[in-house]
This record gives sequence, C-alpha cells and structure tokens, in this order.
Amino acid sequence: MYRIAKKQKLNATVTLMEIEAPLIAKKAEPGQFIILRVNEEGERIPLTVADFDRERGTVTIIFQIVGATTEKLNHLEEGDCLQDFVGPLGTPSHVEGLRKVAVVGGGVGCAIAYPIAKKLHQLGAEVHSIVGFRNEELVILEEQFREVSDRFVLMTDDGSCGEKGLVTNALQKLIDAGEQYDEVIAIGPLIMMKFVVRLTKQYNIKTVVSMNPIMIDGTGMCGGCRLTVGGKTKFACVDGPDFDGFEVDFDEAMARSSIYKPFERHAYEEACHLFEKEVR
Amino acid sequence: MPNMSLKKNEMPSQEPNVRNKNFSEVALGYTAEQAVDEANRCLNCKNRPCVGGCPVNIAIPDFIQEVQKGNFEEAYQIIAKSSSLPAVCGRVCPQESQCEAKCVRGIKGEPVAIGRLERFVADWHNDHSKEAPKRPAPLGRRVAIVGSGPSGLTCAGDLAKLGYDVTVFEALHTAGGVLVYGIPEFRLPKAIVQKEIDTLKELGVKVETNMVIGRVLSVDELLEDGFEAVFIGSGAGLPRFMNIPGENLKGVYSANEFLTRVNLMKSYRDNSDTPIQHAKKVAVVGGGNVAMDAARCAKRLGAEEVSIVYRRSEKELPARAEEVEHAKEEGIVFRLLHNPTKILGNEEGFVSGMECVEMELGEPDASGRRRPVEKAGSEFILEADCVIMAIGTSPNPLIKTTTEGLETQKWGGIIVEEETGLTSRPAVYAGGDAVTGAATVILAMGAGKTAASAIHEYLQKKEK
Repeated sequence: MYRIAKKQKLNATVTLMEIEAPLIAKKAEPGQFIILRVNEEGERIPLTVADFDRERGTVTIIFQIVGATTEKLNHLEEGDCLQDFVGPLGTPSHVEGLRKVAVVGGGVGCAIAYPIAKKLHQLGAEVHSIVGFRNEELVILEEQFREVSDRFVLMTDDGSCGEKGLVTNALQKLIDAGEQYDEVIAIGPLIMMKFVVRLTKQYNIKTVVSMNPIMIDGTGMCGGCRLTVGGKTKFACVDGPDFDGFEVDFDEAMARSSIYKPFERHAYEEACHLFEKEVR
Repeated sequence: MPNMSLKKNEMPSQEPNVRNKNFSEVALGYTAEQAVDEANRCLNCKNRPCVGGCPVNIAIPDFIQEVQKGNFEEAYQIIAKSSSLPAVCGRVCPQESQCEAKCVRGIKGEPVAIGRLERFVADWHNDHSKEAPKRPAPLGRRVAIVGSGPSGLTCAGDLAKLGYDVTVFEALHTAGGVLVYGIPEFRLPKAIVQKEIDTLKELGVKVETNMVIGRVLSVDELLEDGFEAVFIGSGAGLPRFMNIPGENLKGVYSANEFLTRVNLMKSYRDNSDTPIQHAKKVAVVGGGNVAMDAARCAKRLGAEEVSIVYRRSEKELPARAEEVEHAKEEGIVFRLLHNPTKILGNEEGFVSGMECVEMELGEPDASGRRRPVEKAGSEFILEADCVIMAIGTSPNPLIKTTTEGLETQKWGGIIVEEETGLTSRPAVYAGGDAVTGAATVILAMGAGKTAASAIHEYLQKKEK
C-alpha cells in the first residue's frame, strides 16, 4: 500500500498528490510515468511523474478528474493509501546537450512539462515555457514554471488570464521574433500536440511530444498503447512516451484513444452517483 | 484389485452450452471414489516410465499407491517433494505428451489419468489440510527471483525448502505470471493459484509485487543489495503483430491485452473498473493454447460468433487436443487453412471485417511442418468487429537492455547453460520462456527446478 503524504487542489478539476514510494522516488526521471490502482476492483491508469523528492521518498502526481478512476482517486485524502503504485516506467525524456528549448504545455499536460522544464533549467539550458489553459480558473503551476523559465508565456483560450489565444499563437510569435530553438517539447492534448508539430514542421524545428495512449500493464506486454511512429508500430510504455513529433500518426492515436468512450462515460456517471455528484 | 477398465474415469464437467456463458471452471474434478477407482488402474510397474515423462520427475506410482489406499495427504506429500504447484500442473500440463504418454496402460486402451489424480490430491490437500508447511532451518543467504510465473515460483519453492531466504519480484500487482493474466479462470481458477502462492509464503518466500526489475531496480543492484544469486524468470510477454494493414484499428487486440483485461483485471465482472469490448463477431488469429483461451473468453463475454483463423490444418494446431475439443464443444468456429491479409475498418475507426486468403499446404519447411501457401484469387472478407492476434510472443527486452553483459539470442531469448540455467553473468541464472520463448508451464517449472539445484550447488561452494 502506498500512502498519500499530501493532497492539494490545484483547480476545480485538477489535484496534486504526493505519494510515499521511496524506491520510485529514488529512480524517477522527468518524462517517466507510474501506473496506479486505487483499490482492489480498480483499473490500472498511467500518470506521469510530475515531481519527486528523493530524500523524502515521495513521488508527485497531478491528475485531472475526467472519469471514474480519477474521481475515486480524488476522493482519497492525506493518510489514505493507494492499492498499487508502480514505476518508474517508460524512457526518461532526453534533455542532455540541449541549449535552448521551448517547452509547450497544454492544460493538465503542464504537469508533465514542468519537471522537464525544471530539469533543463538545472542543466543550464535556456528555457522558454509556453503554457495554455482554457481559462483563468484552470491555470496550474504558474509560479513553478516562472521559477525555471527564462521566458514564460501564459495563454488562455478566452483571454481571462495572460494572453488570449492558443499555445501555437505564442510559439509562432516567438519564432517570428527570431528565437532559435534546438528543440520544442510539446505536452498536452493530442490535438494540441498535432498542431504544434504542424507549426514547427514548417520551420524544421525538432519537436518531441509526450504521448498518452490507453495503457494496461505499462511494461510492454500487451501493446494496448501502440502507436504508429515513422510508419512502424511502437509501444508508448517502453519505447516512449516521448517520440519525434514529426513521425507520430496523431489521427490514428486520437481514434485509438476513444475506443472505450461509451464505457468510460457510463463508469464516470456511476462513480459520480456513488459520490452524489453532478456530471458536468 | 486392479481396475482393468481400458478407459479413464471420465472427468465430471459443466455442459458446453452452460459453461460457454460463465467463467467458472469447466472441469469439476474427481470425487474421492472416482479418484480411488482411477488410481486402481495403475499397475505400479517396476520400470515406472511415467516418472521419466514428467519434467519434474514426480514419483507417480508412489503417490497413486497412496490414493489407492485413501491416504490423500500422504499422496500430496509425495508430490510436494517434486512439485511446488501440483494443483496448477494437474490442470494445465499437456499430460498426453508427458507422463501419460509413457503409461503402460496406454499401450492397450487409455493411460492412467495421472493429471486428474494429481489435481484431485492437490485440491484435497488445499481443502483439508490446515497444517502449515514445515520451514527448514534458515541458511541466512538471500536469493532474488525476477518474475512470479511458473519458473520463478518453482525455483523459489525449491530454494525455500533448502532454507534460502528467497524474494520474488513481480512487475504486476498480482503474482502468478501467465497463471493469473493469461490462463482463464475457467481453466485455472485464480483462487487455486493464490493458494499455491500462499503455501510458498508459508515456506518463507517473500513476494514483492509492483516491482519492475530493469526499472525500479536492476539485476546488478539486486546483487549489490546482498542477494547472492538471481534467477530471471521474466517470461516471454512481448506480443507479436502481423504487420498487416489495419492492425491499429479500434477492436484489434493482442491476445495478451485481451486476456489481461479479462483474467487479471476481471473486466467480465460488473464491479471491475477495467473496460473490454463486448463484440458480436470475433476473429482470433492463431492456433495455440493462447488462441483457444482468447476465443473461449470472447464467447463467454457474449459474442455470437467466434472464429479461430489458422493458416495450417487441424493436424498442425499447436494447441492441446483437449483445448481444441473444448473450444469446438463450446461453439467456436474453426477456419483452418485461412490467413488474414488486411483488417478493415468503418468510418469511426472500428474494425468491420478482416480480409482473408485461403491456404494450402506445400512442402515441409526447415522445422518439418508443411509450409502454408496462399491460393491465388481466394480472397474473401470475414465479418468481424473484434480481431485478437494470438500469433506468439517474444521475451520482454527490459532485462536484457538493463543488464550489462547478459547475452541473448538474436530473437531476445537469454542464453544459458542447459544443465544449470547459468547465464553469461556469474550468479545470474535464467529459465522458462525468457530462455526458450513461449513454451509450456511445466517446461518453465522444470527450468526453475534445474536452476534451483544449480544455485544451491553454486552457493554451497561459494563462501558466505
């Protein structure tokens, strides 16, 4: 069992938790993920390692309440335990040797982008962070990003905070202003990553994306998380989750991510009913 | 009085049309009377060929003698000397090609039902015996086992019986390997696997789940942490795909994914959070035991039509004859000498069908099996809303890529000395599917046994 050492609400639907998992905390690197199970009947869900404290032996996860499992997870409190917590899984993000990087995060994807920005900053790279949210209420990790970024651009769809527009608008502006990036690292919804790649391809700026397909075991034994990358089938849990954005078949990935939609909707409503909560 | 009946006592089992709608065990097991009666068919012959046919050399006539006398616990103790998982082996071993293939009674008539008797004895023990297994005097020496499948559990059991301090590291949240995620409940109830693992724990074996060796700890770190030897029994869990168009459509599963969702995550139960597609027409590609398991699970999930699509003929099916028989009884359709060429999808990206081509058998290939050749112009479309690929698995590369100096075959199998299971790294042993590629439960157990005795010999020579 893995104890929840800290729980913090980041916004209405996004929660941060620090989980006691000393072995994972000792090994985890930015870009890696964990798989957790809330309880005995629970499903296995992947969540990216948002931070870790090697000394305290904790791993930070940040999750958005989107369905039954994240709803149940959000109902646990400090001191409660998770049934299973396994990792670190996947290949760490490649950060060595990069001198100037644009880190682009969308929504809860910012929780994954942050540790990478932090690592790059620690390694002495010039970090430009562009983060986007639907509106002011959904903004997370602003302070943390500012601390590790040489430039920080906050975008909201409705202009309620920062600048109005999409992350691609901000990235375009920086490129137009003559910023030369070794690499763009984009993490967020599939549609956002697809459009970042469409933009950076025009300028041939190497772009790495962090993929988030459906997973079960996360150790390479089922292929549920497979993607087409450069015309070849790859397993995101072992070959990724980071891939060269120019090579990823986003349309296929988006189709595959919707396979259990009806089941998920039903499960979520049941979970909400269980907690007597209205489904948005 | 020996029982001279030419036939085995039949195994009571659920009716095909009842069992293909539930996940309860198909075969119900012998009653005590049926077991004693079947045991009386054993002639207790002097040269005991059956023992040689058993990969772990259980003293078969000896335990059967005890069953004849109704001494079921004594019978269990005899089996337990050689096997750590008798309730499992009695159920899933291909006895027809092992112990029972060598039985003298099989020359004229059917062999003694050794597997069914082993199962009966193990179940009897599990139901009746309250006594915890006796722990040997601890040697104070630690051995790490990577993977809790049949090879790892056997190796762990044998070493624990010798007094070693054994820790098994398992990547998933439940121990058992293929016994829990692969083989379905209706062939091997998970409570039985758990019971066998609990017995090992009573012997002193520690089982740590959620431990992916190669990520959270490497093999080298285990050795640095004070484990004096490591046994790698990480299996062959990496699924193969055919690389035909449409394989990434929604509704195409590897058999591993489909079976993991069903067996480990219990997605057939209402209270499970793990979803699974409830398809109407399912095509399972492949002809091994895994294909049979996947097809029979799909049927139980409510599919109207489930087909096995296999490129060779019935004679070449690698699955056990009994499994093929059971699948047929349950209404699985066999489309033999057929091969998929393309999976078709609808506008939403879900599977809508599979283009297949008819095959005929040509000349034997290097392996001695007749090579299937496509019949020109025979393409047709098989309607399907789910396709399950059960065409084999390879060893997972995680251990290989994180253990320096560990030599492997081109296809990923770990290279070992056959007699000991020793790898290219000192103190590191391996066995089971991680070495051989996908094979059988009992072969994996045999390898675990071999490695356990080699590890014992190695550690006896080595200074503490």
